[in-house]
Amino acid sequence: MATKQIKGVLGEKLGMTQVFDDAGKIVPVTVLKAGPCVVTRVRTPETDGYSAIQLGYGQINPRKVNKPLGDYLRKHDLTPRRHYVEVRTTDATEYTLGQELTAETFEAGQLVDVTGKSKGKGFAGVMKRHGFRGLSATHGTQRKHRSPGSIGGCATPGRVFKGLRMAGRMGNVRKTIQNLTVHAVDAEKGLILVKGAVPGPNGGLVLVRTAAKGEK
Amino acid sequence: MHTAIQELEKAQLRSDVPDFRPGDTLNVHVRVTEGNRSRIQVFKGVVIRRQGPGSRETFTIRKISYGVGVERTFPVHTPVIEKIEVAARGRVRRAKLYYLRNLRGKAARIRERREPIAR
Repeated sequence: MATKQIKGVLGEKLGMTQVFDDAGKIVPVTVLKAGPCVVTRVRTPETDGYSAIQLGYGQINPRKVNKPLGDYLRKHDLTPRRHYVEVRTTDATEYTLGQELTAETFEAGQLVDVTGKSKGKGFAGVMKRHGFRGLSATHGTQRKHRSPGSIGGCATPGRVFKGLRMAGRMGNVRKTIQNLTVHAVDAEKGLILVKGAVPGPNGGLVLVRTAAKGEK
Repeated sequence: MHTAIQELEKAQLRSDVPDFRPGDTLNVHVRVTEGNRSRIQVFKGVVIRRQGPGSRETFTIRKISYGVGVERTFPVHTPVIEKIEVAARGRVRRAKLYYLRNLRGKAARIRERREPIAR
């Protein structure tokens, strides 16, 4: 699974804007408020069968934390967090419980993967959901302009194939955008500027990780 | 918009942009980088459009170069611009001077704006 050292930090998408780079070119960036996150658990192959770190982010009323998690956190002197996520990395043992991770985890120019929950679009037709072209606007088309058209044969095969792209629920799923460039890091304000768009609404939870692809 | 983004955009704004509006004639000193040498090129023409808020604001300059109309759009706050000089102020009755594209020569002149209009 994790074959390299992955760094990760949880944060929030603040929104998009544009900035000028050194050459004076306009760069579209997404501003992410990254961290501060806390390492709440270290998974090692000996105890858990895999190597990972668990991160906690955000504030929550301690009353709302259930007993099993609350007892674990109390035992290790950790404050409860709103969101938890595990990041698989080979160097999990180098982290200690309670260690803080901030935007400084990443540096400008680095490639990262950003995970978030995409905006829900509700029940969407095939044109919006799969990019179908619909039917003709004219030439006798009646009330079928955005329909998918044919969905298969007749007596052969006598059924509709599984997995055929049709209308349905769109969005509101976990999406990862790979290989986004970190344009700048503002350690003071805890901001990461990522070039390009990131899934989810403004204010949505995002996980920034070292790019899975690329050199080891 | 989040305040962090507003601050980020505010930090990009230039303070040395003169007050200009459509109809004005500008000398825009543009930094041109060729290879690793950089020099200043002056682009002189009439502002035919100015649009957008904050750091996204842009303006378009039109000039006639060797009988061919040339338009260039710059972000107002781009670091590529060395400086902006207002060569002349023009009196126009539109915010977007697209009608200049259909005019040439004498007809494309813009009357000068004399006294600064109180705002």
